[in-house]
Amino acid sequence: MNIYLDAIVVLLTFVGLLFFHGTTVGILRFPDFYTRMHAAGKGDTLSTMLILFGFAAYQLHHPSTATLLVAGKIIFIAVLVFIASPTATHAIMDAGYESEIGAWSAKDGFVSSCLIRKEKGE
Amino acid sequence: MDTYFILLGTALILHMFLTLIRVIKGPTVIDRLIGVNIIGTKSTLLIIIIGTALHRVDMFIDIALTYALLNFIVSLAAARFFQRKRTAGLVMEKEVKS
Amino acid sequence: MFGFVTFLLMFVLWIVMSGQFDLFHLSLGVISCAIVARMSGDLLFQDRQTDFRTRFGQAWRFAHFTLWLLWQIITANLYILQLALTTRKMVEVLDPHIFSFKSHLKTPFAQFVLANAITLTPGTVTIRIVDGVFTVHAITGQAAGDLEQLDNIQDINEMERRVAAVFEPEILQNTGGDK
Repeated sequence: MNIYLDAIVVLLTFVGLLFFHGTTVGILRFPDFYTRMHAAGKGDTLSTMLILFGFAAYQLHHPSTATLLVAGKIIFIAVLVFIASPTATHAIMDAGYESEIGAWSAKDGFVSSCLIRKEKGE
Repeated sequence: MDTYFILLGTALILHMFLTLIRVIKGPTVIDRLIGVNIIGTKSTLLIIIIGTALHRVDMFIDIALTYALLNFIVSLAAARFFQRKRTAGLVMEKEVKS
Repeated sequence: MFGFVTFLLMFVLWIVMSGQFDLFHLSLGVISCAIVARMSGDLLFQDRQTDFRTRFGQAWRFAHFTLWLLWQIITANLYILQLALTTRKMVEVLDPHIFSFKSHLKTPFAQFVLANAITLTPGTVTIRIVDGVFTVHAITGQAAGDLEQLDNIQDINEMERRVAAVFEPEILQNTGGDK
């Protein structure tokens, strides 16, 4: 029983670490602010949640009231991250768009985001 | 299992240092903010890993919870603060053209 | 009634946070939760029109929606992982662009859920919402003409239908014809 639980914990945390690796490489390699935000918003949410679920599962080795409460709190943090992380992404993205950071496009390299707005007829 | 957790924590710290490269390189304030946000979220995990390795999770979990809440508020406040400063984007366009 | 539900939610939170089950701590929790529920009980439920049966149904359908969303996040992460690790030249693969669309959703909370869902699905991130007009940044797309962009829009339409099914089912009947 314990060995299966350990396997689940290792699996969850390792997959979370793998996704975090993708996020980090994405943040370092992607060309502009908006594409980096893609990597940050998605990868950060899922990798944090997976690792947190792994640690919540690890608490079930010795089931008692205290460890169950700790597992509940870890799940609470996971839910918090699930709601808060996309919202923070959204806020940072909005700040970048408002301060007109240059966006990268495949056709003509960096253009200012106000140019994009004109193209779209806003 | 403790060894695995310590290895996991080390890997997380290594990746956080990689993210720190983006914070140092910039090129805009908002780019740095992305890195800071991610490092903050992962610090929550690191606190829980330390707690598990020391067998005192019940104590460290409250610190982690507070840290997660605080990190969210800091991200929102910093984003709102730099939203007003339109120069943040203009600096970068000069760098790109040169 | 609304105040009592607020009290119950806060008391559950108190029990989980304190972890003490003796009479002293529980009575302290009851007293403080009662004071807070009395003073600021009208903050949690702003809309007094919808009754609890509707709210419970919404919560139940929202749980199903969350499960679907989790699957979408995993797909999005695999996509980001593949994009970040296996791409040799970013220039050839990436083609970011910004577009906007008008949403049919009315309530701010439903719009918030839709914005978060767009952020967590593969390839798109919400930038801002102004009066129901969503500005969205997509990471790939324009290379194959407007066809791919249409694909993104269809994904979002699908998502909007799901969010509307959770929170505002009456919209689906009104606009069911033209979609």
